[in-house]
Amino acid sequence: MDMVTSATSLSRSGLSDWIIQRFSALILAAYSLCILASFLTTPEMGYAEWRALFDSNLMRIFSIFTLFALCGHAWVGMWTVGTDYLTERQLGGGATAIRLVYQAICVLLIAVYLLWGISIFWGS
Amino acid sequence: MLVSIYRYNPETDSKPSMQEFEVALPEGKDLMVLDVLALVKEQDSSVAYRRSCREGVCGSDGMNINGTNGLACITPLSAVGGSANKLVLRPLPGLPVIRDLVVDMSIFYQQFEKVKPYLINNTPAPAIERLQSPEDRAKLDGLYECILCACCSTNCPSFWWNPDKFIGPAGLLQAYRFLADSRDTATADRLADLDDPFSVFRCRGIMNCVAVCPKGLNPTRAIGHIRSMLISQGT
Repeated sequence: MDMVTSATSLSRSGLSDWIIQRFSALILAAYSLCILASFLTTPEMGYAEWRALFDSNLMRIFSIFTLFALCGHAWVGMWTVGTDYLTERQLGGGATAIRLVYQAICVLLIAVYLLWGISIFWGS
Repeated sequence: MLVSIYRYNPETDSKPSMQEFEVALPEGKDLMVLDVLALVKEQDSSVAYRRSCREGVCGSDGMNINGTNGLACITPLSAVGGSANKLVLRPLPGLPVIRDLVVDMSIFYQQFEKVKPYLINNTPAPAIERLQSPEDRAKLDGLYECILCACCSTNCPSFWWNPDKFIGPAGLLQAYRFLADSRDTATADRLADLDDPFSVFRCRGIMNCVAVCPKGLNPTRAIGHIRSMLISQGT
């Protein structure tokens, strides 16, 4: 059987990508519930309370961990969307160039958000 | 009854079109869609479609009937969805049209071929036959009955977008049929061939395949089993 290969998927393996997508989804869900719970348990959520929540190292680590999960999740998803719709079958001859530009923009955005996010969570 | 049929002859037509026929149905009988096509062919013998066994065994007359894929020979008019007084027949979606309702199924068969749909066993052949326990044989039920009509794969968006890379529900059902076979010794190699981002994992579990299978099979469940086997082998 001719292996279907791909140089741009996150892990090159369908199984690894699938596990990363599922596992990161769990982390994102847990983090969302955590934030929701802090809203529900803090009746007067203002800047000071919000700030105090993210002052703990535990919350910072959880946030950055979630940020990594979000970035992995986003790349698996965006890569899948791009390889579904931005193909020669859909767009004709120029599809590969369009797909590469799309993938480059996605990677760039994800990298910027990741670094920006880390600096927010770990900064002052 | 008004019957609207997709007409396209690539040699003479610049683009496909729908042609309408008024067909008189016999009173008190629930005709199959294939019977209606025969009545249409009496009016216009140039209407092209495939058919052979006319009883849901050969898988030749898979087509899109009022928006849903099915076998014309075992789909009664009473079971056709959509407008009751209009029958719209189109070729199976996503495959190149050879003429009217006849599609080129090459890419579908290529995906089938990829999964090595035959028993692989490297141990010496026994004198009579390879025995299988009734329990192991029962694992093949719901898998071996596929007639390769392509209704499922051509109703699957992932197959529409990547028919050259995603094996599709029909091929994956057969892949699992041999993964699940106690007599097959190539399980590890078969799984290794499937662990790429397209072959199996383009399935997004929307279950169109399950909804349309004329034989009532469940490719989504088989794909889930393949995924479980990949997980237990690969983690």
